Amino acid sequence: MRFVDEFRDADKAHALSAKIAALCEPGRQYKFMEVCGGHTHTIYKHGLEDYLPESITLVHGPGCPVCVIPMGRVDDAMHLAAQDDVIMTSFGDMMRVPGSQGSFFDAKAAGTDIRMVYSPLDSLKIARNNPDQRVVFMAIGFETTAPSTAMTIMRAAAEGLENFSVFCNHVTIIPAIKAILDSPDLRLDGFIGPGHVSTVIGCRPYEFIARDYGKPVVVAGFEPLDILQSIYMLMVQLSEHRSEVENQYSRVVPWDGNPVALKVIGETMQLRPYFEWRGLGFISHSALSVREQYAKFDAELLFDVPGVRVADPKACQCGEVLKGVLKPWECKVFGTACTPETPIGTCMVSPEGACAAYYNFGRMNRNRVAEVTIGSRP
Amino acid sequence: MCLGIPGEVIELLEQPDLARVDVSGVRRVINIGLLADDPPAPGEWVLIHVGFALSKIDESEAAAALSFLEGIGQSYADELEALAESRIE
Ligand code: SF4
Repeated sequence: MRFVDEFRDADKAHALSAKIAALCEPGRQYKFMEVCGGHTHTIYKHGLEDYLPESITLVHGPGCPVCVIPMGRVDDAMHLAAQDDVIMTSFGDMMRVPGSQGSFFDAKAAGTDIRMVYSPLDSLKIARNNPDQRVVFMAIGFETTAPSTAMTIMRAAAEGLENFSVFCNHVTIIPAIKAILDSPDLRLDGFIGPGHVSTVIGCRPYEFIARDYGKPVVVAGFEPLDILQSIYMLMVQLSEHRSEVENQYSRVVPWDGNPVALKVIGETMQLRPYFEWRGLGFISHSALSVREQYAKFDAELLFDVPGVRVADPKACQCGEVLKGVLKPWECKVFGTACTPETPIGTCMVSPEGACAAYYNFGRMNRNRVAEVTIGSRP
Repeated sequence: MCLGIPGEVIELLEQPDLARVDVSGVRRVINIGLLADDPPAPGEWVLIHVGFALSKIDESEAAAALSFLEGIGQSYADELEALAESRIE
């Protein structure tokens, strides 16, 4: 794999690491948030923190769409799935997310018709093949998956399908970042911007972070060197007292995003006044619902959805983890009561969740194991 | 579902917006409607999210993305399995 070596070259990594260290002002602490769960994964897997001076801390952000779905929405979805004539369809990632009455997997095991699909287009096909039943698609995800749901709704409309609808839980990344910036708990010095979300929204939406909050943002790729390079770019900006949006991942992310994708989202969906995020609470204008013109495909209008609010389990500290206030292993139940097999919180469910990433890879390094064991003791 | 997986476009299908791609040896149909401004040709690589091509990428980026995914292990295996079950039309 000649190509990959370009992004993995240990000499280059050490060179970058030295350049980063050289830019650290003595006595100053730096905190950067990586917004996207994919980045969290790379950081743990490759032990990137070991390449950074101690004065730089990476904190993990809310960019894991499965992690932020609140219990109440899972319960609502289970209520829909329990209707006699409904076939609920969902991405595999969503299946183990706990609601107050268990997960989709539990309900499926108990006989509810819940089917895993790879794509919303697969749900559409199930609807075509089952004209006597109503097929609901559990739509989740940030701007990377919202265009797919949008295209699927448009396709259903074009075909005149009568038995397909979407339970829309799409969330948008910018308001979550803003909520974190406005939260008093955390002082950040800059952001490693999400790679794939930015293929859709582009780099412009981050400009307010640089302009209004004075924090640099570097949109980054997923390889270890991409992330080190991005941290270096953040450090250069700080040392030059600049705060701008820069695109380290321009080989994939166009500055203006994907205009077709943005257009279909705008055509079929609108911003909700507010939406509850697991652990973060209500954030205004942070999620999407189906537009009126497509009301026929909106499960929230077609069915009577209870919409009950359920508090997160007491032991769960996902909110702190999602905001980057706590490291995963600092949660009291990490690795003991809460594991990927028996998740209490959502951050342990998805491989992109910070807790799962840390649980899966954090153990490779002996220091980390020590930290984990010490950290998980009550 | 949050993973962007790289696939090589094998052929464009008759139906609008559909193309056959190869992802780590799994050949399935995906929708390329989101790339309507600049549709991919056979031999080109795309980044696929839940059955939709979201952006065009070059071969070296595809290799990098693939190795990232292979490093992720089980969740990429799950994603590929889900893709293999998929029957987009
Ligand atoms: S260990 Fe479990 S409960 Fe604690 S923050 Fe992580 S996912 Fe949430």
